[in-house]
Amino acid sequence: MAKHHVQTTINGDPIEFLCDTEETLLDVLRNQLNMTGTKEGCSTGDCGACSVTVDNRLVCSCLMLGVEANGKKIGTIEGLASGDKLHPLQQKFLEHAALQCGVCTPGFLVASKALLEKNSNPTETEVRYWLAGNLCRCTGYDKIVRAVMDAAHEIRSA
Amino acid sequence: MTSPPFRYARATSVDNAIAKGICNGSAFIAGGTDLLQLWKAGVTAPAEVVDISRLPLSEIDCSNDTLTIGALARLSSVAAHRDVAMHHPLIADTILASASGQIRNMATVGGNLLQRTRCVYFRGQDVPCNKRQPGSGCGARDGVSRQAALFGTSAACVATNASDLAVVLIALDAEINIQGGAGARRVCLSELYRLPGDTPAQDTTLVAGDLITGVIVRNVARFAGRMTYLKVRDRASFEFAVVSVAAALHIENGVIVESRLVAGGIAPLPWRLTQSETMLLGKVPSDAVFVAAGDLAIQGAQPLSENGFKIELLRNSVFRALQTIGGAS
Repeated sequence: MAKHHVQTTINGDPIEFLCDTEETLLDVLRNQLNMTGTKEGCSTGDCGACSVTVDNRLVCSCLMLGVEANGKKIGTIEGLASGDKLHPLQQKFLEHAALQCGVCTPGFLVASKALLEKNSNPTETEVRYWLAGNLCRCTGYDKIVRAVMDAAHEIRSA
Repeated sequence: MTSPPFRYARATSVDNAIAKGICNGSAFIAGGTDLLQLWKAGVTAPAEVVDISRLPLSEIDCSNDTLTIGALARLSSVAAHRDVAMHHPLIADTILASASGQIRNMATVGGNLLQRTRCVYFRGQDVPCNKRQPGSGCGARDGVSRQAALFGTSAACVATNASDLAVVLIALDAEINIQGGAGARRVCLSELYRLPGDTPAQDTTLVAGDLITGVIVRNVARFAGRMTYLKVRDRASFEFAVVSVAAALHIENGVIVESRLVAGGIAPLPWRLTQSETMLLGKVPSDAVFVAAGDLAIQGAQPLSENGFKIELLRNSVFRALQTIGGAS
């Protein structure tokens, strides 16, 4: 079957790719574009490891076809840091040891960034509910929540 | 990749979508959150996926106590819409009690209403399920039946409907607009769903090519301040209901003049508790009356080996929901 030609913007850069109909956006990011920061966890939308933004909406890239991304603006974990300078969320995840194995971490970071762009001063409850779509089997979540709260504080103070 | 390939077509108009949708083996995709799960699980294998997500059917309009929601509105957009949050907080709250932020950002209203059951036999492989594979038997009936329905089941199927939104919309007498090969029609949302009977593979009354284009909720101001959705689930967030109850009361001069009670998680479709509704009419709200409504709600329940706990849960949920909205205003 002919491949689909898809034009997108990823982390601000215009990117074109060819994909098969049944490739998800996650497949395309990881396997074609070598953007392996976005992780595959459950592949059913339950774990959030594959979280990216599409037109500024946080979504699971495992439940979106690559061909559906035509004309869309995609944001991935690779867009968080500026060169060698980590995003405040990344820095706070390190400082709070908010990760162990790290597979869920890109999804948490992308989801947390999306939260702080909507709500710069979330309560702990708001952080916990917002991150309900991201699963972590290592940390027990407390360190993640603290890191997000701390990053929010730092961004507000900057 | 083990799931079978399919063709992809982007619908250019509603009529174009319908023409494509009528073809054998085609499936509409909008949010994709259910279709792609089902496809990956091998439950569905469409020959062609018709992308309707870019059709202009995502408008939300609220005026004169009429709320119109385009079928392609994302759940998160509906919940965040100022007029919905202000005038229809029940709908906003119900949506926010569903799924996760990621899924609500993708899933559409139409897709939510058409989502397929979460029964583990339906979603599983190498296990019998008459809904997935007609004639293979119902694994849940004599198997893992904790999720299964108490009402409206058949020998062929005991699966429940998982939509929170549908439960609330039916309590509010919502209607849906449908366009299809035979033209446009408007029906009560409750007419969308069907009981499994001998043909559980068919969830709804839609025929090939039918496209839900919008949802209409009218004249609910009489229930203002007396509507709730109680969702009981195994964890506080990102979980389907074990039992849920949507309740609405219209009280005049201290007497209940109109009531709506619809339960989720206990039947193949949002389950209207008609006997309880009728009993409430003319009554002065009290705990005793609400307990009686709960008692009536569970009459006729047909539990299996693992879901009998839902009976007491349903009775108590009806009571709690009514207690929440039935007090002095």
